[in-house]
Amino acid sequence: MPHTPPAVDDVVAALAERFGAVEPSVYRGQTRVVIPAEVAFEAFEVLKNQGFDLLVDVTCVDYLDYKGAKHRYGLVYLLANTATNQRLTVRVFADDPDPTVASIVPLWEGANWLEREVWDLFGIRFEGHPDLRRLVMPDEFTAHPLRKDYPLQGRGERHNFPVITRDHS
Amino acid sequence: MAVENGPKLELPENVFVSKLDELASWCRKNSLWPMPFATACCGIELMATGASKHDLARFGAEVFRFSPRQCDLMIVAGRVVMKMLPVLQRIWQQMHEPKWCISMGACASTGGVFDTYAVVQGIDRFIPVDMYVPGCPPRPEQLIQAIIDLQDKIQREGTITGREFDTAGRQARKRALVEIAAPLSIDASRNPVLQRELAAAAETAPRS
Repeated sequence: MPHTPPAVDDVVAALAERFGAVEPSVYRGQTRVVIPAEVAFEAFEVLKNQGFDLLVDVTCVDYLDYKGAKHRYGLVYLLANTATNQRLTVRVFADDPDPTVASIVPLWEGANWLEREVWDLFGIRFEGHPDLRRLVMPDEFTAHPLRKDYPLQGRGERHNFPVITRDHS
Repeated sequence: MAVENGPKLELPENVFVSKLDELASWCRKNSLWPMPFATACCGIELMATGASKHDLARFGAEVFRFSPRQCDLMIVAGRVVMKMLPVLQRIWQQMHEPKWCISMGACASTGGVFDTYAVVQGIDRFIPVDMYVPGCPPRPEQLIQAIIDLQDKIQREGTITGREFDTAGRQARKRALVEIAAPLSIDASRNPVLQRELAAAAETAPRS
């Protein structure tokens, strides 16, 4: 039988009390909430104080041309409480131009590289991040390649190198 | 100078006459020192080739060195991404001449199935390649065949001064570069190699 994490109703209730409608939904036993970007940091603070001590992952979805999507980017935060085994998926939306959300590095140190990766590949700016540099692409890269409007084969970056012949060496 | 009626030259036993070029090539081909540039699954086959079962020592090429300064055969095994290519070029330039390059597997030779923004579509666009090994990944036998073929090539055309590397065919780019649609989304300020190249291009370009 698949493992279902313990219910997080108390946490959802605490969030709803403070931030209004957080649109809780459950899919295959996993609870998801949506937090408005303006209060995201406060909400994460509340969650951390509720005992969510482990940030499992930060990632992003580009909803360009997605049916029924109201926002361009959807950030996904996966949180876990290692004492109670509770798990919670938090979603925060951001939009063009200059999609920005608050950095949660002050709360979870492990968010540092996760947010750098999201910045690198999706171009989401994390306000308050201590060192927002590219993580996987080279420093001279200027695009954010996992955005849906970036061509799969790139814009010629992979060809943009000097050619070394036997003369050079 | 006429030599007729001179003393008859007789070679002692176990002595034969050859060219210095051929002697040099014979030495070189039988002691290739591979530099493994293994970035993916081809690297596993490369290791298997060097291990006891396939035993690259039979062909005098078992001494893998991880410093380019001690090697004369670079084996690029696996895909090369654009972040890795400047490293690859630098390592190639650090190797002493005479030197050769084997492009092992579909990814190193053409990019393979990875036709994406980050993967270089064949290392021969940017560095010289002497031998291509097809396969995904190639079996050790195929790599051994490539090394034997490379030995043949060295014996056939090698010279002690390395004149064979100056021929036009060796200097030519192996494949045409893809025309790049402007504008490029590359920031050259962080890449010293690219800066030098751009500066050189600006100097040679006709002033308008």
